Amino acid sequence: MEENQGVWVFIEVNEGEIEGVSLELLGAGRKLADKLEVPLSGVMLGEGIMPLANEVIYAGADQVYVVDHPVLKNYRTESFMKGVCTLAEKYKPEIFLYGATPNGKDLASAVATDLSTGLTADTTMLDVDVDKRLLEASRPAFGGNIMATILCKKHRPQMATVRPKVMKALEADRSRKGVIIEEELELREEDMRTKVLKIVKDVTKKASLSEAHVIVAGGKGLGDIQGFQLIHELAEVIGASVGGTRDVVEAGWLKHEQQVGQTGETVTPKIYFAIGISGAIQHVEGMKNSELIIAINKDPNAPIFDVATYGIVGDALEIVPKLIHQFKELSKEKGGEMSYA
Amino acid sequence: MHIVVCVKQVPDTKIIKINPKTNTLDRRSAPAILNPYDAHAVQEAVKIKNKTGGTISVLSMGPPQAVAVIKKSVEIGADQGFLISDRAFAGADTLATSYALSKALEKISKDKPIDLVICGKHAIDGDTGQVGPGIARRLDIPPITNVIEVSEVNKEEKYVHIKRKQINGYEVIQSQLPCLLTVEKEINDIEYAPLPNMINAARYEPIIWSVNDLEDVDKTQLGLKGSPTIVGKMFSPPKLEGGKRLEGTADEQVGQLMEVLLERKDLLKLKTANS
Repeated sequence: MEENQGVWVFIEVNEGEIEGVSLELLGAGRKLADKLEVPLSGVMLGEGIMPLANEVIYAGADQVYVVDHPVLKNYRTESFMKGVCTLAEKYKPEIFLYGATPNGKDLASAVATDLSTGLTADTTMLDVDVDKRLLEASRPAFGGNIMATILCKKHRPQMATVRPKVMKALEADRSRKGVIIEEELELREEDMRTKVLKIVKDVTKKASLSEAHVIVAGGKGLGDIQGFQLIHELAEVIGASVGGTRDVVEAGWLKHEQQVGQTGETVTPKIYFAIGISGAIQHVEGMKNSELIIAINKDPNAPIFDVATYGIVGDALEIVPKLIHQFKELSKEKGGEMSYA
Repeated sequence: MHIVVCVKQVPDTKIIKINPKTNTLDRRSAPAILNPYDAHAVQEAVKIKNKTGGTISVLSMGPPQAVAVIKKSVEIGADQGFLISDRAFAGADTLATSYALSKALEKISKDKPIDLVICGKHAIDGDTGQVGPGIARRLDIPPITNVIEVSEVNKEEKYVHIKRKQINGYEVIQSQLPCLLTVEKEINDIEYAPLPNMINAARYEPIIWSVNDLEDVDKTQLGLKGSPTIVGKMFSPPKLEGGKRLEGTADEQVGQLMEVLLERKDLLKLKTANS
């Protein structure tokens, strides 16, 4: 176990671009590596990805392992896990982080099984105990009512998937120097049992929530699906996207893809309205990094007020119609439509 | 076609309470239910069986009372169910859980070879999504996670076409059978159970296996002993100080809020009739 050294980050590449979460993890990984006084490495697999290697260095890594192979053109569990396991067995990192994206979670779960090691899912806080060289990966547990710190004492590498948009990427430093290590891997298409037939991008969905500048989100405090209409109405008037809590989605008031929180989308809009939302950890984890948070809730002790920039203690059913009215008046005054577009 | 669905009994996390003094879960505060994602997994197996014919088995690991989720699965349309239940399995993390379940699946497949394994995307108490892919690795079959549609099942040529959810959009994957799928909720709607299923379920008694009923088991890989991860500590997240409360009557509050919002002129755009 002592031979295991260094912090690794899996670099996810989609359509010739490094995923944001991978850059965020290089930022977080840099801190861990500095504390442990070990190098930070990126691990990148794909086809034609060599030109991206320097970006990994600029984002904070000391070195990048690159496997460039036609079989790795699209993500597949079988080919990627073979590549990642081979590298991990050869170079023996002590910590290995992945973005908690569909591919990152899929890959990490498979790799952990083959390496017989521990994996913490959907981490939102990372630290290390330097003396014991232990990764402290914390995440909301039990549906997000409480935080749990997960440790992996006897197995290496210690692995975790980390929620996107929780850690901070470093500013790209184009003067940073590092080592690029190209690895050969024996992979044959005829050994593969799966094929990616088609990739379909849904542009509208992305624009609707995780990319939105302004989000109006509602919770159970709106009473019923009729009350929830106010959320749609306000969003429409100010040109915002609509989100909601897990409860609201499970009650069928809103679609799954509009759920904000630990098991839904993580969002970082400029303005986030939390209306009739009590602020369970599960929800707060998905929106706390929004720039300006406005909370409207009847209960003065609701935890949502702890993360809100501005809070209104009051009945959403009374406050929101007034807000809608104000915006409509404003638009009339200006002779057009005022909206956060 | 032999489809095996892995299911889990979970506390309903929507209502569960945490003891604020000990930071532990008060399991009595929440009813035990069939993990919602697993219900969709069983439903998908029923949809496939309706087209291809065959048998649906369900498999669960848990205490004896977990037979309830197997009976619930029979109500949705499963034909038979297995529960592995033993103190040796207790305290398992995802690695030890996938090991135990894969041993049970090996035993099930000896009797009737398995063509397809379906799991829910994750369980709502653990929220990890790691057991499904883990089982697939141990059985050496391809895992396909985040499945939103099973568009084709060809049992003669032994392949499936799957729509898999991606960061923005989806991909269509062809996989050889057998393989393992983990399904999202949007894959189907749970149908009302027909009366004969409900009667079957009420009468049904799942097969229960202890650790000694399974074959070639390395006991050091089971339960707490076989789990590399442990919970170091539980804590309430750091309290944030919170911001400013807007005071006054509802109208005054809304007035102040409008001032705050209009400060973000960089975001506000005015669309006029002639622009």
